[in-house]
Amino acid sequence: MKDDRELRAAGPLLIAAALVVVASVTITAAAQPESSASSDVWRISLAFALFIAVGEILRITLPGGRQTAPLASAGALAFALLPGFLGAEGVFGAEGIFGSPEDMSAGRLAAAAALAVTVVTVGSVVGAFPRALVGRGMHLDELARRILTTMFAAALFRPLIRVLQPDVNQHAWKIAVAMTFAAALAGILDAVLAAAVRASQSRSPFRTAVVDEFRALAGIASAIAATGVLIALAAPQMGFLALPVFAVPLLLTQFSFRRYATIEATYLQTIRSLSKVTEVGGYTETGHSRRVSRLAVTVGREMGVSERDLTDLEYAALMHDIGQLSLPEPIPGGATTLVAPVDQRRIAELGAAVIRQTGVLDNAANIVERQSDPYRPHRGSLDPDLPLESRIIKAVNAYDDLVGASLESDRKLQAIGRLELGVDREFDPAVVDALARIIERQTEYAY
Amino acid sequence: MRDLPIRSRLYVAAVVVVGMLVLVVGIRNVAIGDLSTVLILATLFVMMNFLKSPLRRGVAVREGIDISVQMPISMASVLLLGPFGAPIVAASMALTPNTPWFKRLFNGGMAAITAWVASEAYLRVGGHPINVDFTFSPRHVLLPVIVTALVMELVNGLLMVAVIALTERVSPIRVWFGTLSESAFPMFIYSIFGLMLAVVWSYVGPISAALVLAPLMVARWVFAQFAARQEAYEATMRSLIQAVETKDAYTRGHSERVSRASVLIGRRSGMREDRVATLRYAGMLHDVGKLGVPTLVLQKAGRLSEEEFDAIQQHPSRGREITKELEFLGEAVEGIHLHHERIDGRGYPLGLKGMEIPEFARIIAVADAFDSMTTTRSYRGARSVEDAVLELRRCKGSQFDPDLVEALVEGIEVDGWDATDTMPSDLPVALPGASEIGVPSFGSDDDDPTAARQLGIGGPAGAAAIPDDASELDALMDVSGEERR
Repeated sequence: MKDDRELRAAGPLLIAAALVVVASVTITAAAQPESSASSDVWRISLAFALFIAVGEILRITLPGGRQTAPLASAGALAFALLPGFLGAEGVFGAEGIFGSPEDMSAGRLAAAAALAVTVVTVGSVVGAFPRALVGRGMHLDELARRILTTMFAAALFRPLIRVLQPDVNQHAWKIAVAMTFAAALAGILDAVLAAAVRASQSRSPFRTAVVDEFRALAGIASAIAATGVLIALAAPQMGFLALPVFAVPLLLTQFSFRRYATIEATYLQTIRSLSKVTEVGGYTETGHSRRVSRLAVTVGREMGVSERDLTDLEYAALMHDIGQLSLPEPIPGGATTLVAPVDQRRIAELGAAVIRQTGVLDNAANIVERQSDPYRPHRGSLDPDLPLESRIIKAVNAYDDLVGASLESDRKLQAIGRLELGVDREFDPAVVDALARIIERQTEYAY
Repeated sequence: MRDLPIRSRLYVAAVVVVGMLVLVVGIRNVAIGDLSTVLILATLFVMMNFLKSPLRRGVAVREGIDISVQMPISMASVLLLGPFGAPIVAASMALTPNTPWFKRLFNGGMAAITAWVASEAYLRVGGHPINVDFTFSPRHVLLPVIVTALVMELVNGLLMVAVIALTERVSPIRVWFGTLSESAFPMFIYSIFGLMLAVVWSYVGPISAALVLAPLMVARWVFAQFAARQEAYEATMRSLIQAVETKDAYTRGHSERVSRASVLIGRRSGMREDRVATLRYAGMLHDVGKLGVPTLVLQKAGRLSEEEFDAIQQHPSRGREITKELEFLGEAVEGIHLHHERIDGRGYPLGLKGMEIPEFARIIAVADAFDSMTTTRSYRGARSVEDAVLELRRCKGSQFDPDLVEALVEGIEVDGWDATDTMPSDLPVALPGASEIGVPSFGSDDDDPTAARQLGIGGPAGAAAIPDDASELDALMDVSGEERR
């Protein structure tokens, strides 16, 4: 948890998860498994907790900065779905760890879900411990999501089996289908919970957050779900070997994601570094591009720009002054707002041409190209094609030209006042509103 | 087919005939109960064939990251179906789209034979067929699967190597080690995936295919994204570097060539491949600091003020400033920073001597000078490679690291050198600076060691005054710039 705000945003989720954990541990502690099965239950629980702990250690960062621990999530899901009654002579004992499918009393169901939650919690916490020791912090909201989805999957799957009433030897596929269904729903629940947290953390609209979350998680989540189901299906027959064996494809997936995330990060890093070119050459003030990009992204998020478009906005904001490089001489102070509109426009077009040359940043180029266009030229009609991102950069750029690196609240509020004078002519009112809200919040926190 | 020599054609025909035989025997003997499995697996196999790999071939090979989804299916069919069913599934390889008919037939035949031999091998080494009654045991499943994977690799490899060797008339052993040995490790992993597929299939049927293949498909998709990003990355770098070169009209393609020459030197002096990769970026970015120099200064004809002069000399430091946060560049950052240092300590910005200068910087210095000499500049035409080499050798030990000069010379002797511009040359950016102050401007860097000598101001005292003459200035920048600091 980075700060209070993030903790507060995840608050309800954390409380719900904590309640579930307390209840589960209580039920698990009180449960009395039949003596013959009890040692099996312990061994299996331990194995899964260990697996989840290892998976937690091997966590990865997805492109776009999300953290996940695919192996741990797959292990959690597998344990939640572990039927224990596939194959009468299976390694996991004749009765399975939660009794036969005929015995589906409420108590049994609760005990199964409670054990799953307990094991997942223990495994995750143990696995997160080494990280916490080196000060990397625990991902509490992710843990909470895992606990809740585990409970959900466990509670959904068993009644589903009762409805389907498969004969284990004849209709094993029904069990597989039920598992897949439960896993898919659990995955969706996970994405929605993640979106809720993210929306309130970053003040973006919930709908945008859900779409972003699905886009970001669809790939890895389906691999996690498939692996979880596979382990749950194969473990009764293969025994503990199923855990490492079925982890291999997921590891491969994980590896590919890691490489992708690395190159993605490198790409952003490169654009950021190269955006310093204008500053190093004295064309713009130090830190200008980065401040503009940070603020532009905040405004964009507040206005519900999707994550994918935010990336383009960030690139465009970082490189919005790159056209100045083609000028024979730097503009004094680099303040593009102070030069004639015609020149501003030329800088924008030159910059767009340079960016377009890359062949892969067309969206950013389009944004940069129109960054100097007024919102409503000569009280005329609005241009529906003027990208929101361009309007954002225009306002934020003007704001930063006025404020610079200054931290004075007065200066910031004055700058907003100046922008408000140009609202509806130069600047998009909605953008200036969002910007004003953000700056107000910043200055409030400053006191 | 027509371009194949007769012996290759005969060979292909033989493989197809044997493959057909295996297929026919399989169809006649396959158990009725297995038919649905055969059908589903074959359909899946064909579907995967149609799902073209999202990776562009070149990228996939370069990165070694193409992920096959067919191989696990082949292995699973061997384990589930045995010597009669497996060849039928494998033969559906012949249905690969967009392939000439004889290639399809050959691939189908080859796949059928491989599947048959592999199935026999699996049973011979004591493998238990995977079916409803099967129980998992390392000795009767895992070990035989590993053996089978090796056999598959071997048979498939032999059949493939033979056709290449016959057609190209090269030694089969060379072909084997040249192309196929790399696939052994993935093959092993894929066999394990095939085993998983078979095991789960025996429990729950076809839905297992979706479950086992999902992570693979996702991985494959992500690798494709990765590869696309990688290309995007290179393209972005390239065009931003071009932006530098547009400012300085005489250096078009310079960065790219310096990068190439640096790589040549690096390889020649036995550098590890990962360092060579970094060196490539270093060469490409070595002049990135010039982006920060006002165009007016870079293109100014005539006398430069003290300030303007400094502005140009700062480009290595600015390059460092710009690139220092790029983690992947590693030692390249110092290479960029110090590429104007000289072995005798009279370079800039720090005036380091000899081996105090990092290897990357020493390499770029040689490559930079070489390219400056062999391309046209405002004050002279391009010199021949021979002249440039003579000049580099002359400056060995004073300006350049002798070993690296020799490495470049050897590299050029072996690989040749192409001084032409490899980048697209028409950048659509209209340069306001150029039109306002009037081209032609001149390359005012510069790295050409001959310029100074021609003007006779190479010595320590020669650069005391700011010259009026453009080419004189040009010379000053290069050789004795450091005395001005």
